[in-house]
Amino acid sequence: MSYFLEQVLNGLSYGLVLSLIAAGFAIVFTSTGVLNFAHGSVVLLGAYLVAVLHDTIGFWPALLVAMAGAAVAGVLINALLVRHLADKNAGTAAILMLGVDIVLLTELTRRIGNQVLTLGAPWGASVVRFGDVSLPTGRVVAAGVTVVAFAGLWYLFSRTDLGVGMRAAAADGPTASLMGIRLSRTAATGWALAGVLAAVAGVFLTSFPAPGVAPTVALSAFAAIPAWVLGGFDSVPGAVVGGLVIGLTSALVTGYESDLEQFVGTGFGEVAPYVVMIVVLLVRPSGLLGSKEAVRV
Amino acid sequence: MSELHGTRWRSRIGGLVLVLVALTLPLVLSDFWLQTGLFVMATAIGAVGLTLLVGVAGQLSLGHAAFAAIGAYVYAWSTGESTTTVSGAGLPPLAGLVLAAVVSALVGAAFSPVAGRLRGIYLGLATLGLVFIVRHLLVNLDQWTGGFTGRSVESFALGGFSFSNSDPDYLAVAGVEFEGLHRLWYLFLVLALVACWLAGNLRSGRTGRAWANVRDSETAAAAMGIGVARAKASVFVVSSAYAGLAGAMLALAYGRVAPDVFSLTASVDFLVMIVLGGLGSVGGAVVGALFVTALPLVLAEYSGSLPFLAAPGSGGLDPSTASRIVYGLAIIAVLLFLRGGLAGAARRLRHRSSRSSPPAGPAPHDPISTDDVGRPAAVTPSRSKETTR
Repeated sequence: MSYFLEQVLNGLSYGLVLSLIAAGFAIVFTSTGVLNFAHGSVVLLGAYLVAVLHDTIGFWPALLVAMAGAAVAGVLINALLVRHLADKNAGTAAILMLGVDIVLLTELTRRIGNQVLTLGAPWGASVVRFGDVSLPTGRVVAAGVTVVAFAGLWYLFSRTDLGVGMRAAAADGPTASLMGIRLSRTAATGWALAGVLAAVAGVFLTSFPAPGVAPTVALSAFAAIPAWVLGGFDSVPGAVVGGLVIGLTSALVTGYESDLEQFVGTGFGEVAPYVVMIVVLLVRPSGLLGSKEAVRV
Repeated sequence: MSELHGTRWRSRIGGLVLVLVALTLPLVLSDFWLQTGLFVMATAIGAVGLTLLVGVAGQLSLGHAAFAAIGAYVYAWSTGESTTTVSGAGLPPLAGLVLAAVVSALVGAAFSPVAGRLRGIYLGLATLGLVFIVRHLLVNLDQWTGGFTGRSVESFALGGFSFSNSDPDYLAVAGVEFEGLHRLWYLFLVLALVACWLAGNLRSGRTGRAWANVRDSETAAAAMGIGVARAKASVFVVSSAYAGLAGAMLALAYGRVAPDVFSLTASVDFLVMIVLGGLGSVGGAVVGALFVTALPLVLAEYSGSLPFLAAPGSGGLDPSTASRIVYGLAIIAVLLFLRGGLAGAARRLRHRSSRSSPPAGPAPHDPISTDDVGRPAAVTPSRSKETTR
């Protein structure tokens, strides 16, 4: 029973980290209509900045720099590339982001090389015990930070002019623009927010029990795509739900791998999220909490 | 009218010259270049299939490598002999090649509840999952696939003539010994030409127009009596068959199949090829395949004599890193500055030169916009200029 509980807690805390990344996908998608395939590289960029800087300026300042760096990267990608697409539509924008991802990921991979960089996080490899259930401290911190982050996002989107403006821009860009909302500003805010969330998620994704910062992190950030799709393309609360479902699924499948192995084979934990995603796309193409697309003729 | 014929003749003669060059190349090329050529032709077929799906029908797919993997493994399994570790059906190679395309198409058809219902980037997301699922199967079904390390592939043979170094052991044309690579070159050339010809016909025929119509507006397409879900599923099946054939050819060129060849990176590479070449253009897909496939191989081969490149693993700029950065930047540059990719640029050049010649007749081009994804032809300035008739 305690093993089961441990897997559930592990899955939920991992899911919260995924939901940070998934929220980044959702925010970029609603604010600029771009499927940001480079998001995984931005996650890696955040973790990489922390790993490189923590020795000289300490972990927390390094985290601040990484958040700023990832935010700037997002804003620049939007301002320099996405806005200047010759054909602006979702398909070409997605392919553009694949191009950005190739460049960013290749460069980071080259810099990291074969080493696994350490983060220097203050929680290190310590473990928190609740009765006979233990959980890595990093995961507990992650859960707390994620809850705070989503509370902040809720406040932003429902209580501030900027956030309401972003929602208006997402709902109907031209009308919002006529009402005096600067679309360039809402778009930049969206990309910056996504970058900040990515950097934070990158730190938690690479701290214990993960070995450290390695290029494969960008790929594990891809696991947030099923979470995003599951929750709904334009829904930040959906990202939380999706993250939790996907986190729980992969933790349970991985945790009970020895029992499942004869049915689904080894390593199914990595694949299960995508299976869930395809099923969801089949049954509810706009996700659990996403708004349905209406066709106007 | 006469000018239209003139351009068509010119492009036909140009194509004929290219084919003649391709036919004579094995007489002069070294083994390295022959091998590179085989990879280029194999990936070109995959790219042509993907350009039908992404360029013509406007459906994004990140799962192309998954279908290539299915083709490659179906060929390897169906032509292979059973051993203690892996099983095989021991079918004739030609049957294996056909089976590779057919099984890929069938898997594509099995995916049609998803492929027919989703559109654009949503399909791209769903197909993203396919790459991981297929990889998982390849690793786990090891009595058929050989697991992580993969399995070796039987060489192709047709009626006692083997496309390998033996059987006949010595074959020479014009004093050049024709070994496996030379023989495969001609097989691949035939397959590539047939595949391109078929794709060109599909694109400009009724089916292709329906696909393009679905891309431009699903509502309009439905109103004109096109079964939208059916059209989307059919283009997915066709592109899967192309990918399957390409996969089988890759297996033949490598002589071995392994799961890592068909990773997400391979899917992205196929997309890079068609974007560089120009979405929807068959010729562009071939040129894109040439660029994307050959660049890393050539850089690796000549890294010793290129001063800015370091040996792999030394921490410097190694050939595969360099080529990835080059085509990452190339994709960004094409999407920002070069509407319609290389094919679009070539068309504009031709257009300009035909404009400058005195009797400015109608531009030689089919009326369906195929170089842009998801935009009605009428609102794209460069297109509306070309299609005024």
